[in-house]
Amino acid sequence: MEMSWKLKEKPPYQSAVDRVLGWSRKYSIFPYPFITACCGMEYMSVASSHYDLDRFGAGLPRFSPRQADLLLVVGTVNHKLSPVLKRVWDQMAEPKWCMAFGACASVGGPYNNYAVLQGIDKIVPVDIYIPGCPPRPEAVLDGLMKLQEKIQNQKHDLFWK
Amino acid sequence: MIADEIVNKLNDRFTDLGLECKVDKGHAVAIVPVDNLAGLLKSLKTEDELGFNFFMDITAVDWQEREPRFEVVYHLYSTEHNHRLRIKTNVKEGQDVPTSTGLWSIADWMEREVWDMYGIRFSGHPNMKRLLLYEEFKGHPLRKDYPYDKQQPLVEPTWPVRETQAKMDDVKIHRP
Repeated sequence: MEMSWKLKEKPPYQSAVDRVLGWSRKYSIFPYPFITACCGMEYMSVASSHYDLDRFGAGLPRFSPRQADLLLVVGTVNHKLSPVLKRVWDQMAEPKWCMAFGACASVGGPYNNYAVLQGIDKIVPVDIYIPGCPPRPEAVLDGLMKLQEKIQNQKHDLFWK
Repeated sequence: MIADEIVNKLNDRFTDLGLECKVDKGHAVAIVPVDNLAGLLKSLKTEDELGFNFFMDITAVDWQEREPRFEVVYHLYSTEHNHRLRIKTNVKEGQDVPTSTGLWSIADWMEREVWDMYGIRFSGHPNMKRLLLYEEFKGHPLRKDYPYDKQQPLVEPTWPVRETQAKMDDVKIHRP
């Protein structure tokens, strides 16, 4: 697995505070696994010792949205479940990010019918999409690294809003 | 009893119910008018030598252009005698089917599912409401006239823009 792990040059508008906060936040991600379907197996594989999300500082899943800052939507979300997902997202405190894990969460996957929400980005803002049905663990790690890059390079609020 | 024996048995036993019994692909099938359904099911459950104590499934078929439009299909099994029976009954749109909850309690949820998906009501059912879909759902999705991809979202689609959210331009894809 050969992936470049260098960060790109900092954008000019980014202040030193943003850089420090970005650096500290990207290595202490607390994921909230919202697992509804078979992608959950893949998530377990990523989270456990073989692929080990903990290497990227995202090792400790918090099973309360109030303690989490990364919403991992793993699997199919249907319309009946969508108010729950929306509420979980609303309960998470800023700063927060959202990851659509797998084809179903990203675009509805193979299901285009009366029941399935066609991508969670219809109701929550998604920061990173991981394709695949289910995605390989390497793809998830790649996605997580992209998300870390995003966190590093975005603007941050120093104080709680 | 194997399928032929069941068919013969039913033909002998229920002459007055307008039963149409045959073996279809090795499986005993009985077609019964909906008025006689309740009596037939009761006999099948309670009589010792039939003894259908296991209510396997109930579903429906929407034939759309056929009259009557729907066909309700029961699958029964006897754990005692190890034999099976499929029962079909034809119902018009809006016509009620007698409930089987008094005989097999699992029929409760199965009949609710049929109501949910096909819109066939079961008279005498204690709690005739949707099982799988949400109450706000309009129509019955497994009917042939329901558009296959028609969706009824519960949450209004929104794309909230957060100031802190990074733009896609912030991410450069690194490839070795």
